[in-house]
Amino acid sequence: MRKNTSMAIVATIVVIIIGLAYFTNKPILNRLPLGLDLKGGLHVVLQADEKAGETVTADTISKSIAVLRNRIDSLGVKEPIIYPQGNDRIVIEIAGVDDPEQAVNIIKNTAQLEFRDQTGKILVTGKDLKDAQASPGANGSGPAVSLEFNAAGAKLFGDATAANIGKDISIYLDNEVIETATVKTAIPDGKAEISGGSMTAQTAQDLAVLLRSGALPVSFSIMEKRTVGPTLGADSLNMSVKAGIAGLIAILIFMMGYYLLPGVVASISMVLYSILVLGTMVVLGSVLTLPGIAGFVLSIGMAVDANIIIYEHIKEELRFGKTLKAAIEAGFSRAFWTIFDSNLTTLIAAVVLIWFGTGPIKGFAVTLSIGIIASMVVALTFTRYLLVLFADITKNNKLYGV
Amino acid sequence: MQFIERRKWFYIFSLLFLIPGIISMFVQGFNLGIDFQGGSVLRYKMDTAIEAPAVMKTVQDLQLVSEVSVQKSADEFYIRTTELTQEQTQQITDTLKAQYGNIILQSADSVGATIGSELIRNAFLAVLVALVLMLIYITFRFEWTFGLAAILALFHDVLIVCGLFSLFQWEVNSAFIAAILTIIGYSINDTIVIFDRVRENLRMKKKDPLPTLLDRSIMQTLNRSVNTVLTVLMPLITLLIFGGATLKIFVMTLLIGFLFGMYSSICVASPIYYEIKQRG
Repeated sequence: MRKNTSMAIVATIVVIIIGLAYFTNKPILNRLPLGLDLKGGLHVVLQADEKAGETVTADTISKSIAVLRNRIDSLGVKEPIIYPQGNDRIVIEIAGVDDPEQAVNIIKNTAQLEFRDQTGKILVTGKDLKDAQASPGANGSGPAVSLEFNAAGAKLFGDATAANIGKDISIYLDNEVIETATVKTAIPDGKAEISGGSMTAQTAQDLAVLLRSGALPVSFSIMEKRTVGPTLGADSLNMSVKAGIAGLIAILIFMMGYYLLPGVVASISMVLYSILVLGTMVVLGSVLTLPGIAGFVLSIGMAVDANIIIYEHIKEELRFGKTLKAAIEAGFSRAFWTIFDSNLTTLIAAVVLIWFGTGPIKGFAVTLSIGIIASMVVALTFTRYLLVLFADITKNNKLYGV
Repeated sequence: MQFIERRKWFYIFSLLFLIPGIISMFVQGFNLGIDFQGGSVLRYKMDTAIEAPAVMKTVQDLQLVSEVSVQKSADEFYIRTTELTQEQTQQITDTLKAQYGNIILQSADSVGATIGSELIRNAFLAVLVALVLMLIYITFRFEWTFGLAAILALFHDVLIVCGLFSLFQWEVNSAFIAAILTIIGYSINDTIVIFDRVRENLRMKKKDPLPTLLDRSIMQTLNRSVNTVLTVLMPLITLLIFGGATLKIFVMTLLIGFLFGMYSSICVASPIYYEIKQRG
């Protein structure tokens, strides 16, 4: 009776895991963005320039990130990766940009807009803008950016124009004059237009984006800029993914060929393990990079190792003449501390690397840590449970390689 | 098999790799990739008939930068220079196009050197802290002698791989760092599994002399050591044979590292433990 129940449970587990693998592999792989090293794109590191009297705080950086995210979104780029590095740096990774030069221009501008009178006094700033749109320009003046101020801005702008009739007002962007115009009448409706001799449809579009997303709270300089060719990853990636999968299948075949029944258990566990690790990476919003893959390979090795350690112990116990159930119990209790100590030692190193590491080192350590924890959980609970179930089904020692 | 008795042979084998590597590290150093050195790397697809020295001369004649080196691999040319601006990159591309006709700029990388030195410093600090914490953990769970032996074996692996990189002037980049970290992770894991068996055997009532006990522990875990390294090597070998070209060196490094990791766990860590015990 017990045999039948166990068989039913095993069958259910196998069906569930195959179903899980079938239904989750696409969503997981689609939602695991590839890092720049694999996909190609633009990698920019911005360094905040601290001027006298300014202090760059975590708050400044997070505000800047929000502004940058707006700007990059407006370029139509999907899923830009933007994160702070250290105390005063921001890393931006954009995959698959057509025009890196334009992207860099949009990113690096502080976009501090100011209207000043002839004496240089600041009248209104970009802070009071409500909207900015590129327009073909009124009365044939060529491409322009139409601005709309909010209530406070409209008041300031109205007062300023009223006070400066017949005089010049200049528009400054990041302390450079982009246009100077003579005020003819007061403008109370909060609308203005920037146009200039050199403005093209594209520059008008870019400027509108900059003004809409607002000014950066500090100015940044570009510390590092890399364009990674998409072909670099693309051609090798397809082949590499296939090669990796072939390697994993080889592991499963080896495990089943060498360890027989426990090898089958290992294969089922490894599928569950892979879903767990990749799924966790998706949930954490990780990006798959080359070092990340290295971490994954190592963690797979350690997961298989956990299985091997358990089976070798069970074999040993069986050779001592223990019954199957007793051998599984004894094998596990001996394997537990072996796996615990070896995995925890590696986990300690991985966590330190997450703490101190940057970029590639962190990517490696995060994947490895997830892998180690998943491996311990799966091996010490799920694999054990499956082995006990299989022991109910057959007691033939030959199937355990003894 | 008598591992402990034959330990001198293992030491000699290791030294055969270690000494040339260490000398090379002092004499010729490393071929630091752009990640560390700072500068620009341009990658072009060109006709295979074109020779690297000719391309180098063309770029040098522009007198844009002080250092230029050109590497050719089939139809791909890697031009390394000191930092280039966007305009200078364009200028080089235009000149090459004028000279050689059909060329395609595939990628242009540029890195400030500060990132490199910072990355090295962080990685170095991280590894150092990790080593200390691992030593503490092993001392707590085992005994300090095991910890010391495990970490010396770790140094052995890292030194050998670094030595090979210096000896053959393979490019050191961030993939290399990832590989070294992987090797550290694997080696320590592998060593602990064997030491765990030693610990178990030491707890038995009837005690053999230490060399016999160590040999027995290694033999009892040998199946596992070999099978584990085999399974880890499988995806690496398929990657090496069928994977993309850009991954080759990276996979190669991992492969060498895993093999030395296994070797050192069996043939270096336990003998070192024995040496410490003998003297301590």
